[in-house]
Amino acid sequence: MSAAFVKRIEVRELRVAYGSKEVIHGISFDVYQNEILAVIGPAQSGKSSMLRVLNRTIDFAASAHWSGMVRVDGEDVRRARDVYALRRKIGMVAPLPVGLPLTIYDNVAFAPRASGLDDEHQLDQLVERCLRQAALWDEVKDRLSSLGTALSGGQQQRLTIARALSHQPEILCLDEFSIAIDPVTTMRIEDVLKELRRDMTIVLVTNLTQQARRLSDRTMFLWDGELVELDRTEVIFSSAARSQRTRDYVAGVFG
Amino acid sequence: MAIAPAPATGRFARTAHVARKERAELVARAVTAAMAAAMVLPLLLIVGHLVWLAWPSLGLGFILDVPSRGMTDGGIWPAFVGTLYLVGISLLVSTPVGVLAAVYLNEYARDNWFNRVVNLAVINLAGVPSIVHALFGLGAFVYAARFGYSILSASLTLAIMTLPVIIASTREALASVPMAFREACWNVGASRWQTIRAVVLPNSISGILTGVILQVSRAAGETAPVMFTGAVFYKSVERGNLFPYALTDQCMALSMHLYTLATQVPNVKESLPYATAVVLLGSVLLVNATAIGLRVFLRGRKKW
Repeated sequence: MSAAFVKRIEVRELRVAYGSKEVIHGISFDVYQNEILAVIGPAQSGKSSMLRVLNRTIDFAASAHWSGMVRVDGEDVRRARDVYALRRKIGMVAPLPVGLPLTIYDNVAFAPRASGLDDEHQLDQLVERCLRQAALWDEVKDRLSSLGTALSGGQQQRLTIARALSHQPEILCLDEFSIAIDPVTTMRIEDVLKELRRDMTIVLVTNLTQQARRLSDRTMFLWDGELVELDRTEVIFSSAARSQRTRDYVAGVFG
Repeated sequence: MAIAPAPATGRFARTAHVARKERAELVARAVTAAMAAAMVLPLLLIVGHLVWLAWPSLGLGFILDVPSRGMTDGGIWPAFVGTLYLVGISLLVSTPVGVLAAVYLNEYARDNWFNRVVNLAVINLAGVPSIVHALFGLGAFVYAARFGYSILSASLTLAIMTLPVIIASTREALASVPMAFREACWNVGASRWQTIRAVVLPNSISGILTGVILQVSRAAGETAPVMFTGAVFYKSVERGNLFPYALTDQCMALSMHLYTLATQVPNVKESLPYATAVVLLGSVLLVNATAIGLRVFLRGRKKW
């Protein structure tokens, strides 16, 4: 059981602001090895901004600044010497499916190539493994050289997941991955996540409270940049939840 | 539950309000269509008139021949090839500078005072009249840089003139690439430059090229900047020779040749200036058509 409490991510007093508008008002939490941590909360509650701090892509937002401490595997991300290695350690799946305007193969091979892998044989193997993991291989194996953008929305979202797996991350963050895809595809991807959790730590930002309930070990409820409650998922989704706001939110009274 | 049938009085009957609305619609359509036609008509008239008057001189021989009888007869080869030189060299300079500057401004620059100054400079430079560019070129390249009156000076002057527009059109092309593509690349550990090379540039190249090509017509048509810095009244050149000039030579240019024929030379064969204008206009239209064709072709291959 002790392995289950290895801290992969530690966040302390995280504050994020765009210009003078603060969107996260000091939140603290940990993410443990091999768990699925669900982050629920309405739009504008700071969920996506929190993810962007984890892999420091918040750097690309000119007006953003943040304070507090974020550690990934004990290393302060602010002082990460190789920010690209940090980003490779954390797989990131965006809300809307983004097939890059490249071939399906190149979509998946992009990240390994960007980090210097150019051995064709290794790339072939890696592309196949990632597409299999994302449950897309059987549908695209005969047309790897056609455009990723030509796939359907659900396929593109699985392509996005394959791409996020291509740099062999240890932590996978998904930001409302099911927002643009149908329920059946969502279920397929949820099955994929259940497989992946065996070797990975997963942070699942979601608008669907029931999705959090189905998949996660622990659930964190963010509301307007504040952490309302973080507990075991069965607690959050029961009358034992401490906050009235949490009980109302998961019951669908608001949000 | 039964749905109540529409009243027999006719919910869709024509009322005074509807009649007024339809009249306004008709007027709006007629007026806008007339304005659109008014734009096409002058172009057709100009081209038709020019070709009509230029007809006796037109032909491949007219382009390949050199002027004869004290510029009152013959062809326009020295001017034609001179314009090719000026436009070609100026774009060779302004395209890489402009495109790379636009990449910096759109992909790297943050919102600080330095970049605001650069932006302001680009916008203002685009609004500077060509005669001012001509004087600048004269001072900067002919005298200060000691390039003398030469193709080099004139090309660089044209380059400075086209640069801001190339920067603006390139920025627009880059900005049309969805932000989500960049974020997807950054998320998997690609640097900005890797992202630009793999995704941003390949998907904005059609817009960038179109912007550059449209500057060809502008550079070819300008008279003042080349007249002040390197174009001359007459230059003896072999018929059909593609490489008659060195960088440090002065040259003839179509735009200036047209001006001289029309105003400076007495007893010119009547069709000569018109034929020169047709060649200048024809080349420009040809280049623009290429730009449109290229855009259609590349957009057909658009990947999202």
